[in-house]
Amino acid sequence: MNDALYHDALMALSKDRTHAAALPPGTGVTVDNPLCGDRVTFDGKLEKGIARDIRHKVRGCALCQASAAALARVLDGKPARAALADAQAAVESVLAGGSAPAPWDAFAPVARHKSRHDCVKLPFSAVKSLFSGT
Amino acid sequence: MTLRRHFPLLNQPGPRIAYLDSGATAQTPDIVLDAVRVFETGARANVKRGVHRLAEAATEAYAKARTQVAAYLSVPAEEIVFTSGCTGAINLVAQSFGALLKPGDEIAVSELEHHSNIVPWHMLAARNGVKVNFLPVDGEGRIVPQALSPRTKLVSLAHVSNVTGAVLDVPAIVSEAKRVGARVLLDGAQRTPHGPVDIPALGVDFYAFSGHKAFAPHGVGVLWARSELLDAMPPFLGGGEMIASVTMQGFTPANAPAKFEAGTPPISGAIGLGAACEWLGTLDWAAIAAHELRLTGRLLDGLRAVDGVTVIGPQSLQGRAPVVSFDLAGAHPHDICQIMDRHGVALRGGHHCAQPLHAKFDLAGTTRASFALYCEDDDIDLFFAGLADAKRVLT
Ligand SMILES: Cc1ncc(COP(=O)(O)O)c(C=O)c1O
Repeated sequence: MNDALYHDALMALSKDRTHAAALPPGTGVTVDNPLCGDRVTFDGKLEKGIARDIRHKVRGCALCQASAAALARVLDGKPARAALADAQAAVESVLAGGSAPAPWDAFAPVARHKSRHDCVKLPFSAVKSLFSGT
Repeated sequence: MTLRRHFPLLNQPGPRIAYLDSGATAQTPDIVLDAVRVFETGARANVKRGVHRLAEAATEAYAKARTQVAAYLSVPAEEIVFTSGCTGAINLVAQSFGALLKPGDEIAVSELEHHSNIVPWHMLAARNGVKVNFLPVDGEGRIVPQALSPRTKLVSLAHVSNVTGAVLDVPAIVSEAKRVGARVLLDGAQRTPHGPVDIPALGVDFYAFSGHKAFAPHGVGVLWARSELLDAMPPFLGGGEMIASVTMQGFTPANAPAKFEAGTPPISGAIGLGAACEWLGTLDWAAIAAHELRLTGRLLDGLRAVDGVTVIGPQSLQGRAPVVSFDLAGAHPHDICQIMDRHGVALRGGHHCAQPLHAKFDLAGTTRASFALYCEDDDIDLFFAGLADAKRVLT
């Protein structure tokens, strides 16, 4: 059966290890989803407003993995605040059933699955508190 | 097996629903829906409050439900307290029996308990200084009976684990509890859907379960306790219907079970639960148990043949209920459940409100299939078709 939610582009994102790292406990910022037990850690720094060395560690579902990979990809080496705001706007639009640029367009099928929206949003919480602390 | 035909939700036109999430909530049969409808359309009124004919009929129906539930558990009706659910029943014990405990007293639970049999005890510990001990669980997900500390006042354990499906070794627990003078509470949420429970033969002191997992409506549950315990325990919730008298100076509580049923109880839920218990009591449980176990065996055998699958629970059918949780390497339970849903298979993924157990096995979550008497071989066929697809897409 062809599964619309787990289409190739989304699964490719979820398996994208470019920014994945075995972050030891205490590194960066960790957020949990208490309902499902998923856990996302993001680490990185801001140099003159530019996001550098963005790395993530995800114990979570494919949607959460894909979102973390996409977020790290659009942030790393970019002006952090603007890139995060753009990503946030894109993901909100796509989850509301609207359009969004790549890589966020891969999440379009998630719009119909309300119970899975938090899986996509969890990495955003981690990144927001990572940058608010620096 | 023809029991599936009694369940309207499972007989809708359209593709089959392989409902393998009965451990979360079981489906409900016509006979229960009819009993609720008869009450709602012919006798709906509050209980114990009125003399008009509807109030009398409602009070009678509610009393009958208590008798039906009591018969299912082989206990006197006066020892049945209707609650909001299994969680409500365990919290009642934690509040009311807990009020009799002193700082330094100990309570034993286990590593595999549902959060509803852990958190109320943590809360009691914070309130009055009792200590909560955890009995260990072995590699197959069974509670290991152990020598209890002489300060233990209560042992509170799952009769059947909602994750591993392991059935508790009740005689070993009860004899050790007796040795130290501790009471025993069994959380029967996952046991009551699989046939009548002979509580006197178990020799325990408290028994808790939820209606909705036993084919009855949501919002009702049961606490059974020995009458001498119910008499000794102070009430937990105060309000109407739980008093003998109230003055401006104070109140005198009613006798149990009314003492523990403050306010309007879940009347139609209790009536549905009574009907469910009576119906369950008429079934051939030797045949149903054999059927449920055969399906469980098919599932376990099939899972063992799938690369990357680890079953979290007993590998054999000995002392096992039809609840099977597993890990598929490289795939997250919620992704598996989502893909299974496209095949019409209803499963549950996550920590199943048993985080300490999952932490012990170093897993964030597992995927769980749980059976009830209406499950059939076709459901297992759909399960394995869905699992093959999930594996292909996710790993
Ligand atoms: C073993 C066990 N105990 C307690 C509960 C809590 O039941 P309820 O949420 O109906 O109160 C459950 C339900 O998931 C359970 O499986």
